[in-house]
Amino acid sequence: MDLAIAALLCMVGGIVAGLIGVGGGIIFVPAMTILLSKGQVEAESTSLLMIALVSVVGTWRQRSYGNVNLRDAAMIGLLSPVGVLVGVVIANAVPERALKLGFAALALYMAWRLLKRVFKEEPPAPAPADGPPMVDVPGS
Amino acid sequence: MDKRRIWSLAAVGTVAGAFSGLFGVGGGTVIVPMLIAFFAYGERLATGTSLAAIIVIALLAAGMQGGIYGNVDVETGMILVGPAIVGVVFGTALQQRIPEKAVSLLFAILLVGVAIYMVIP
Repeated sequence: MDLAIAALLCMVGGIVAGLIGVGGGIIFVPAMTILLSKGQVEAESTSLLMIALVSVVGTWRQRSYGNVNLRDAAMIGLLSPVGVLVGVVIANAVPERALKLGFAALALYMAWRLLKRVFKEEPPAPAPADGPPMVDVPGS
Repeated sequence: MDKRRIWSLAAVGTVAGAFSGLFGVGGGTVIVPMLIAFFAYGERLATGTSLAAIIVIALLAAGMQGGIYGNVDVETGMILVGPAIVGVVFGTALQQRIPEKAVSLLFAILLVGVAIYMVIP
């Protein structure tokens, strides 16, 4: 029964991933810790595997809607290994409580940034797919 | 692509990678708001590009957690990923039918909820 509820929650996580582009770990992790009694680190690690697969399908769908800048995505993804390494080492060295408080602080800061945007008057200029939204100076 | 842009994207990648390893959330929590705030992306393009970047980041982090620390429960992951994939197909389709700012609002609400959940002992 708990597995069925966890599966249902993970479907919701997938919907959230498609809607807001976050992979779904924010829901996968609590689904596993609360319903399946996984430890925080084990749930987070398993969630990463799920996120990778969900993101492949999500990217394929978003690409069909013209919503993926593959060049920027590749740049961000390929330049992230150092950060990943640092994060994984910290996750195994720092107490879970500290990790959770750190995550909470990050989440609140990002929420504030987005709410500022939602309640701003003028709409933002749309950026083209597969073209740099910032001005590129040729030859610079 | 100019150097400033490359360095900025590298910074986004590094921060996203670190948070991915720390919190197991694939980095999108960082990538989407950063692309919107610092790269003038619209919400849909930010979320689509974030998902593509997350593929690489999550694979690296999962590989390290599984390979080095043995923390990945592959069986549970495979059971739960099926419904999650159904969800993401539905979620991306739904996203095309709602206003872009609604995506930001949903993102912000979810982040506040997660923060509250994390702070409660």
